[in-house]
Formats: sequence, C-alpha cells, structure tokens
Amino acid sequence: MHEFIVFKDVRKSFGAKQVLKGVDLSISRGETMVILGGSGSGKSVLIRHAIGLHQPDSGEVWVDGTEISRLSEDELMPVRREVGMLFQGSALFDSMDVFENVAFALREHTGMTEDQIGERVREVLGLVELEEVEHLSPSDLSGGMKKRVALARAIAVSPEGILYDEPTTGLDPITAEAINTLIRSLQAALHVTSVVVTHDIKSAFTVGDRVAFLHDGRMSFVGSVDEAQRSGDPLLREFLRVGSTAASA
Amino acid sequence: MGERLLTAVRHIGKVALLTGETVRFAFRRPFGFDLLMSQLHHLGVRSLSITIITALFTGMVLALQTAHTLGMYGAKLLIADAVSLSIVRELGPVLTALLVAGRVGAGITAEIGTMAVTEQVDAIRALGASPIQKLVVPKVLATLIMLPLLTILADFIGIFGGLIISVKDLSQTVGYYTQHVISALTFDDIFSGVGKTFFFAAFISVIGCYNGLNATGGADGVGRATTGTVVVASIMILVSNFFLTKMFLLI
Repeated sequence: MHEFIVFKDVRKSFGAKQVLKGVDLSISRGETMVILGGSGSGKSVLIRHAIGLHQPDSGEVWVDGTEISRLSEDELMPVRREVGMLFQGSALFDSMDVFENVAFALREHTGMTEDQIGERVREVLGLVELEEVEHLSPSDLSGGMKKRVALARAIAVSPEGILYDEPTTGLDPITAEAINTLIRSLQAALHVTSVVVTHDIKSAFTVGDRVAFLHDGRMSFVGSVDEAQRSGDPLLREFLRVGSTAASA
Repeated sequence: MGERLLTAVRHIGKVALLTGETVRFAFRRPFGFDLLMSQLHHLGVRSLSITIITALFTGMVLALQTAHTLGMYGAKLLIADAVSLSIVRELGPVLTALLVAGRVGAGITAEIGTMAVTEQVDAIRALGASPIQKLVVPKVLATLIMLPLLTILADFIGIFGGLIISVKDLSQTVGYYTQHVISALTFDDIFSGVGKTFFFAAFISVIGCYNGLNATGGADGVGRATTGTVVVASIMILVSNFFLTKMFLLI
C-alpha cells in the first residue's frame, strides 16, 4: 500500500525537554491510524509535524512523497491544502461567523464564486450534520458543534488527509460518541487518510484501523486494533486496562 | 546577566525578522483591503475620543503654564508661539503615540495573543494561509496610516485648547492667536513632528504583533504579553524620540 505520511526518526525538544526521541511511523493512504498515548506524551506535537506546524530537530517527515521537514512556510502551503487538521480546542476564528470560518480555505485556495462558496459551505456543514448555523458566531456554539464546524472547515477544500487532535476531549460521552461516528462516516464518504490523536480508548477502537502507542517519545507499539487488544506490551496493556475502566466507570 | 543579554538579542533578532516578513507580505497579493479597512476603523477611528480629550486638555494646560512662565518675563504675547511649537514638535506626536501604545498596542497583543494560545494562529497556518498576511500586515499598515493622522488631529486640537485659554483667560483675540500660530510654525516643525510618528507606529504595531504571536500559557500569558507591549513600546517611543529629534534637527 502507498504510504501517505511517514515519520522517520523524528526528534523534537522544547527547551531542555525532549518530547520526541526518535519516532518512526508509516501511515498508509486511506487508513485511519490512531495514535494513543498519555497526556504530555507528545502525540499532538507529533501530528503537528505532519503539516509543518512544528519542524523536527532531526529526522524526516514525508507527506505524499514529499519530505516536508525543512520546507519554508510558503513551500508548506500545498501540503496544508492537502492535509486538514482539527484542533483540540476547535480553534474557530472568533472574529468570523460559522460561514466565514468554513469558507476561509475556499477563499484562500480556490477561485470559487460567492455562490459556489455558499453551496460548498452548506454541503460540508451537511456532511458534519449541521444546518442553519451559518450566521452564528463561534461563541454561540456548544463544544460538540464547534468540533463539527472546525471539521467542516478542515474538509472544505477536500483534503486527502485529516489530522484529528484529541477530537473527543472535553465532550460529554454522548457527544463524543457522535463525533466518533462522524469520523467513521466521513472516512467512508471521503476515503481520506486520517490520523487521530487521542487518549480515549473507546474512541481509538471505534474509529481506528490501526493503533500506534506513543510512550516516552517513541512508538512502543504499532499494529491493528485487534493486535493492540491482544498485545503483550506491558505499558500498552496497562494503558488499555486503566483507560477502559475509566471509560466504563 | 549574559543569559539575559542573549535573550534580549534573540528577541531583537526575531522582531527584525518579523518586520522583514511584514514588509514582504505587505506587497503580496491578494491585498486584504477589507481587513485593512476594519483595522483602520478599529485602531484609528476608535482612538479618536481619547486623542481629542488628551490633546485638548494638554493644550489648555500648556497655555496656562506658559502664560504663567512667560508672564514673569513679560512675554505673555508669545503664548501662541510657545504652545504651537511645543505641541507640533513634541507633545502631539509623543502623547498620541503613548496613548496609541496603551490602547492599540495592548489591543493588538491581546487579540493576537488570545488567538495564539487558542491555536487560532496555528489554524490560519494549517488552512494554508499566513498569519503575517492575515493578522500582522493589516494591523501594522493601519497603525502606520492612523498614528500620523491622529497626531495631526491632536496638533490642531491642542493648539485649539491653547486658543481657548488665550481668549478666555488672557483676553487675546482669535485672530491674534491664530496669526501667531501660523507665523511661528514652519514646515520643518510639522515635518519633524509628524515624521517621527511613522517610527512610533512601526514600534507599537510590530512589538504588539510580536508579543501576541509569541504569547504562551493561556490567559495569564496573554496578560503578561499585553503588559510587555505597553511597557516596551512606551520606552521605545520615549527613547527613540530623543534620537529621532536629533536626526530631524540634522535634516
């Protein structure tokens, strides 16, 4: 299978703290890879490398056949058009309404007319199961709705990959479940490559094809969801055991 | 000590880089005309009232004080000259710049800083756009356009404040005062006074944007960054004013 995103021996420090200590991971085109790990394990930092929001101190990051780790902000533009990102706090632009948020990348990257933009905005809002929200301000939305709008914004220009940074964190269980289902259905509808960073075990097993477990700055396990559940890796077993108890509690 | 010096040099280097990037993006298409207009309104028009109030009362106080001082030398008739020169050469530009540093500089840092800590700045990058083009350029351009205009307004209002006192308290006529203002002021005075404000505007807006983009650590971090902008920009204005005054005297 063709590799879409590849991390090769990626190392990254912030000040004296080394967060990534040589991460290797290949994500194939069309699959949903879940990156599991505890808080502060560096999993968000890792996926931010995939669109050049961080640059590694050493190592390589390949996206769709291009090595992006040394590209300038200008050179990263096409990569960022190809891979969308859903931020943990949604990161909707406060100064714009929902419509303008979703239309942002369309205005930046396409020569669409206002009519075409309007149509596309309603279409992607439909994909995330929202309607009649275009003229609301982000501050009027609930946490779950913000995630949906942010997701609509990320998929508006039809990227080939989507990065999800903690998509269910901070949501109530019902809303979290709805977001998981949405990730799954978008996967089926858009045939994109997805990378989901989470510490939510339930979410991981619902949406993932494969699971990677990041511990102490390295990948300590990579395999299918079934393999993860049967894994002998003591750290992963402990993480899954505690995580699923917490989820059922 | 060495560590602090190194940090300071690093910041200066980064501010210089940001300035360079801002200039580069200012000439890049598409030009964000709508963004610029909203910033002109936000940063400029909304600063009108504090500028007017400050300039009016400063002009009036200046007239009272100079009348008192000049009176001791029997030179009360020169009050218009003294007021207009002080305001146009120094007080108009510097006071307006300090007010704008407090209102606009702090506002810029708070806005961009909040966007930075809530990942909105990263979201702009992730959506394939440039935060410099979307956030920094409109704010810097708006400040560069509005500060000189606000200063010219402050000059007029300040001189008008002097006029009120001269007419009311010192029984000069409007015609006499105005004539003295016109004969006292030369093109050089206005040029040096307004000329400085372009530098002040650049300091305020670039420092404001830099501190905002580099804010970390939630609301607390944004608060610290905002205070930092007001302090650093005010010091830059006051210190650079000395050197700019020297420079304009040489021209």
